[in-house]
Amino acid sequence: MDNYEKKPLTPYSPYPKMKNLLSAYNLSIGYSKKKNNYTVQSDLNLELKAGELVCLIGPNGSGKSTLMRTLSGLQKALKGDVLIDEKNITTLSQNEKALLISMVLTDRVDIDNATVYDIVSLGRYPHTSWWNGISKNNDEAISNAIRMVHLEHKTLSPLSELSDGERQRVMIAKALAQDTPIILLDEPTAHLDLPNRVEIMLLLHKLAHQTQKGILLSTHELDLALQAGDRIWLMDLQKGVKSGIPEDLVLNGSFNETFESKNYFFNPSNGNFSMNYDLEKSVSVSGDKTRMYWTLRALARAGYKVIPEAAIRIVITENEWVVQDKKVSNIENLLNVMNTL
Amino acid sequence: MKKNSYIIFLILAILTIVLFFADLVFGSIRIPVQDILSVFTGNKKDIITSEIILNLRIPKAITAVLTGSSLAVAGLMMQTLFRNPLADPYILGVSSGASLGVAITIMATSILPIAFTHNGWLLIISATIGALLVLLLVIAVSFRVRNAVSLLIVGIMFGMIAGSLVNVLQNFSNPDSIKLFVMWTFGSLSAVTWEYMKILFPVVLIGLAMAFSLQKRLDGLLLGENYARSLGIPITATRVLIVIATGLLAGGVTAFVGPIAFVGIAIPHIARGLFRTANHRVLLPACVLCGSSLLLVCDLVSQIPTHHLPINTVSALFGAPIIIWIIMKRSH
Repeated sequence: MDNYEKKPLTPYSPYPKMKNLLSAYNLSIGYSKKKNNYTVQSDLNLELKAGELVCLIGPNGSGKSTLMRTLSGLQKALKGDVLIDEKNITTLSQNEKALLISMVLTDRVDIDNATVYDIVSLGRYPHTSWWNGISKNNDEAISNAIRMVHLEHKTLSPLSELSDGERQRVMIAKALAQDTPIILLDEPTAHLDLPNRVEIMLLLHKLAHQTQKGILLSTHELDLALQAGDRIWLMDLQKGVKSGIPEDLVLNGSFNETFESKNYFFNPSNGNFSMNYDLEKSVSVSGDKTRMYWTLRALARAGYKVIPEAAIRIVITENEWVVQDKKVSNIENLLNVMNTL
Repeated sequence: MKKNSYIIFLILAILTIVLFFADLVFGSIRIPVQDILSVFTGNKKDIITSEIILNLRIPKAITAVLTGSSLAVAGLMMQTLFRNPLADPYILGVSSGASLGVAITIMATSILPIAFTHNGWLLIISATIGALLVLLLVIAVSFRVRNAVSLLIVGIMFGMIAGSLVNVLQNFSNPDSIKLFVMWTFGSLSAVTWEYMKILFPVVLIGLAMAFSLQKRLDGLLLGENYARSLGIPITATRVLIVIATGLLAGGVTAFVGPIAFVGIAIPHIARGLFRTANHRVLLPACVLCGSSLLLVCDLVSQIPTHHLPINTVSALFGAPIIIWIIMKRSH
């Protein structure tokens, strides 16, 4: 009790009570072949907290997979330390690691005759005796995990009858059954269609908050990561990893820096990438906000730059577009009219 | 385990026992069940009958059970390790290694007196050494080649090298020793006397015990190496243990009975089909029972013609169509 009172005041943090589950200090990641080290990233300092969904994003080749493998202990760090639960990962046995970190990988799992229950029960591996008997305790953990990913109705279905999205949820349930404070997922939304991608991200977000696990995933889905991630680890090709709240990274221009290109730019107003069109003609637009957004997209594609004092004026009314005194009912007709000007 | 699994196990166990007794009854002379029972109870009817039962048919039937169990369990472990439905100990070169050992002994010693090359013990030891040497090579490679498919190809290549060396040896050998060697390659369950059983039985028992103790790890390996590692399974140690168990089971049996192909591939698929599960706690005992039954059936079938068919020929008649069926099913 005394210790608590003597503790110095710490600066304000949005997650005051959250425990640091995984941290990396001065970490260099990469490969070593025949005594030569190929460093992919160096001097990384990262923290994964309980109850937090962290999305690792970055361009191809920036070392996302290498970082995931290093943090999970599947690969050795070239320099620096990875601490899990305040213990150095190199001092942990394989079984101790399995009790702290569970993983969802991109490896395809195809097992003849295996049901959802069978796969999820494999997550209990580090908790069961050598003969792998299913005790009541284990059965409960497995059923809970299946319930958390909403697959109760498929518990006894063979894996081969599931959709890709359902398979991914089975692997997440396996990780949940492993009952570890940390879950790492390598591109869990790859190969999924949009509804499934959204569902997986929402599910992971909910799980992080409900179970107080630290969940780290790597992804290419920028917009989804920005919406669901409590924190973003933005991996740059040269400049290491920037860690921050998604909105801060958008506003301070980090996204544009990382994904810099001639062909597109990161649009802070909608959290998406926009293409850089050659805009030679100019137009001015005013009116309804929602329809303005989509009108501007179509105009940009047609090569129009929007400036207030342009000669061509478009006014968007409640149900029409007015251009040079001509009224049109949709954007297609609007573009047709503009072509004749 | 599902409830009807117990019923299938019961049926399989009864089937195995019935086939075991059928194997005692049928042969070049048919011995009625009453006579067999009287031999067991000690009311010896005549010396010849009890001699046939005790010293020929019982060791042969036990050998069939041991051979079927060993090859099936070894095949199951290989298929799980390589996550490849067509993997089995023969693909890893065990039988080729054993053949090479036997070939060297039979043919390279053809300059020695005939009496020496007829020594059964010499055949057995050389086959086991050959099998284990190939397995040790594969283990050594498995430390460097982490990819399971590459290891499979390396195993096939080792088998080919051993096979070619056998061919080279055959070129330089006399016809008598070639015939002796060819006889061995046909395989025979009746080669195992009580004397040999004293070695075969414990070797198979150790191999099976190792396999059963690995069942939880085998389940985990089904997810693939990376997932298995993330569950806390020590991959390298597990691989070595699986290969040693396979070496004992397949190497031992091959040495005593000769190379019997197809059983190692086919039985695990039959077991999976019967029990509709991937759980090794079910599949391992299922492989023991199915393998025993199949080998007993093969032995019974091989005795139907007046001249006994080689057991390897009969097992191929059963096994090869199953492999074709697997490939056809996979290509859908």
